[in-house]
Amino acid sequence: MPGVNSNGVDEDAVIGEVLSRHQSDPTRLMQILREVQERIDWLSPDTLTKVAEGTRLPRGRVEGVAGFYHFFHTEPLGRYRMLWSDNITDRMAGNADLMARMCKKLWLKPGRVSEDGLVSVDTTSCTGLGDQGPALLVNYRPVTRMTPERVDRIVELIRHKTPVAEWPAEFFKVEDNIRRKDALLGADFQPGDALKALKSPQEVLDAVKESGLRGRGGAGFSTGQKWEFCRAAVGTGAHPAHYVVCNADEGEPGTFKDRVLLSSYADMVFEGMTVSGYVIGARKGFVYLRGEYRYLLEPLNAVLEKRRAAKLLGKSILGRTGFDFDIEIHLGAGAYVCGEETALLESLEGKRGVPRKRPPFPVTSGYLGQPTAVNNVETLASAALIAAKGATWYKSIGTPKSAGTKILSISGDCERPGIYEYPYGVKVSQVLADCGAHDTQACQIAGASGLCVAPNEFGRRIAFEDIPTGGSFMVFDNTRDMFQVARNFAHFFVHESCGFCTPCRVGTTLLANAMDKIDGGHGGEYDINDIWRVIRTLKTASHCGLGQTAGNCVADTLQKFRPSYELRLNVRDFEPAFDLDKALSKMREVTGRDDPGAHFHIAHRKSRAGIGTKAGDPA
Amino acid sequence: MSDPKTFFLDEEEIPFEEGQTIIQAALSAGKFIPHLCYHPEFKPHGSCKLCTVRIDSRTVTTEDGQSVKIPGRAAASCTTPAQEGQHVESEVPEILDLRRTLVQMLLVEGNHYCPSCEKSGKCMLQGLAYDLGVMDPHFPQYFSKREVDASHPDILLDFNRCILCELCVRASAEVDKKNVFALSGRGNTKHLICNSESGKLGDTNMAATDKAADVCPVGVILHKRHGFEVPYGQRRFDIAPISDNPVQYAPVKEQV
Repeated sequence: MPGVNSNGVDEDAVIGEVLSRHQSDPTRLMQILREVQERIDWLSPDTLTKVAEGTRLPRGRVEGVAGFYHFFHTEPLGRYRMLWSDNITDRMAGNADLMARMCKKLWLKPGRVSEDGLVSVDTTSCTGLGDQGPALLVNYRPVTRMTPERVDRIVELIRHKTPVAEWPAEFFKVEDNIRRKDALLGADFQPGDALKALKSPQEVLDAVKESGLRGRGGAGFSTGQKWEFCRAAVGTGAHPAHYVVCNADEGEPGTFKDRVLLSSYADMVFEGMTVSGYVIGARKGFVYLRGEYRYLLEPLNAVLEKRRAAKLLGKSILGRTGFDFDIEIHLGAGAYVCGEETALLESLEGKRGVPRKRPPFPVTSGYLGQPTAVNNVETLASAALIAAKGATWYKSIGTPKSAGTKILSISGDCERPGIYEYPYGVKVSQVLADCGAHDTQACQIAGASGLCVAPNEFGRRIAFEDIPTGGSFMVFDNTRDMFQVARNFAHFFVHESCGFCTPCRVGTTLLANAMDKIDGGHGGEYDINDIWRVIRTLKTASHCGLGQTAGNCVADTLQKFRPSYELRLNVRDFEPAFDLDKALSKMREVTGRDDPGAHFHIAHRKSRAGIGTKAGDPA
Repeated sequence: MSDPKTFFLDEEEIPFEEGQTIIQAALSAGKFIPHLCYHPEFKPHGSCKLCTVRIDSRTVTTEDGQSVKIPGRAAASCTTPAQEGQHVESEVPEILDLRRTLVQMLLVEGNHYCPSCEKSGKCMLQGLAYDLGVMDPHFPQYFSKREVDASHPDILLDFNRCILCELCVRASAEVDKKNVFALSGRGNTKHLICNSESGKLGDTNMAATDKAADVCPVGVILHKRHGFEVPYGQRRFDIAPISDNPVQYAPVKEQV
């Protein structure tokens, strides 16, 4: 039967149904591709052609989008797609051994699909489960707290072809792990509290400005000012409108506070979006939810339904004529760069997540070219709190330049990893004491692109005027190798660079290659000089923040943890990356030879005198 | 008529019209700024970053009487609007070194073997490398495996030389209205693709007369049955370096 695949799914019918549900709207391409893939496992050339025809997009555009996002696949990757979270904290918790165990038991090489097309095992960037790792995604659903036993059980389930829906529920349990509550997490807040307290849009805007609220994604732009610019901007074209966008593409390695806010404080976040819509004059809001949090889609939609039923969303909110606002959730598909607000907007429009040129800024020309306020999840929740409880109260928390509280996601070497909310101004040393960190060698604050802090800086404070952060806080004790931390992050940026601009597309790879060369014992001062040159180029010339900060961790560790590099450096000034002896290893394997003549290393050549002896044999 | 607005490029006064970018004004005034993805007929793109400049660096005097230079912001001059009184640094050691590094990055990313390339002598990447004094690719070569597509009767695609400037993508979409080219992958797997299910150029509606067939600054999009027609010594950049006569790259003024 034409169009029916090996699993008995009528592919044409699925594509047709998904397209019609989305009115074949090209701006909904991401959602269309995801839903099609969820049903028919992968996006074949034929599927892409049909989606292109349905949406009337050039086929190359559709293929380009499918090829951009890590969670879309244009080749079959098995009925079970296992993706191990590969942040440094997962590594520290032993994910490499566990993954090797899984591959061995499944007779698989990482990145390859099994011969029977059943399963593939690979790695992915941080999945936002740093406090309960090592974690993996099975068909984009998170499994937490992996152990050797859990690996064995999963292998059995795969072998027996048990559908993922029938796997034990405890595998999929994701904990909130809230360890310290403050003004936001500890607030007495009922759905509707902020909306019932609303005065005129101008008064609400004044309150948000007065509160001193700044963006919680890390950049720290004044939320009130952003809303004011957006409110003042005029929509253009045939469909003028204003939009609110909640940036829930929480991709910074080590961050997971937005996951907790969306799991247990969704009402507060949605209410913040509604308040924002009220102020800027938007009728529509989007939550851009990272693909790793796919499992939150149904619960979040249920919250939205409840809010609509309670007249907290939809037409004439709380009976106020003209106050119309609704929210839709848009899923990402595995691209860290989409946390950059203009890349996020591109993705929201169904395109490749490539950051835009600025100006114009989103507040004047954002989603579909209309004025758009893009805010972080935590910012919006805080805005709801301010609308409900007042600016003066909020401003009294934190420091003069950093009002309010900050939620930290703490992971790594500490007794109590999880979520900690503090008033701004808290010292790093205080945070370390609270989470039970001992013999701490370093903290990586604000993620892979952030700041690596050494013990002599533990007196510094979490605040916009000292150490700004989106919330990632990874702890490394004295047993950790800071070189490997930096090398892990360097590889992270290779995977996550969008590839638009030369410095980032090439520089991130050159940086990771140089780190690998040093790791392999082939590096010298020459390579350190090259590293500095690449970092300078990344910082100066990159198109967006990703590239500009991609070298931060290597730069920080080179300055603060130099010995971890030195012990690996070759004394010689330069050694080529190409290893002649290693290149011969394949031929040694094929020919079964291991005699000195089959080697290039000086040690082997020296032993040539003992004719007939194998390298390594006692003379 | 009021005086034209001006900014300073390496301390030289450059006139500009409202809305012009720095590179447009500089080229019109006969000042060369290196570029690859910029093209006078297309909207600014800002991806190659060769045209990066530094804007409004300041010199301050510290309490102990020393003058310290605070570097201004770096920006792609093709996407940055010129502004009255702005001080732009272009031909300064730091920026020239940056441009050399960017050229070297492109040279190691692709497979650029100039002696066997039909575009040699008229290739923008090669021309810039010579002009900037790039003596070698410096970084380890990727030696990435890339295909050649000879499926089209009149056009050959050699992806080995692609620098991802997207000029063909833009030309095909904006001028030819065909969308023959697009991009897929991301980061170091980003690559040019053709608009057909087979992925072959021969299965698209590309024609040799398309704008996209003649816009490639390097040697990816080549006309079949034409090669090495101009002898060494007489090729475009043999006669004059790429930086000669910058006005040739300036935006064409619309006829009133």
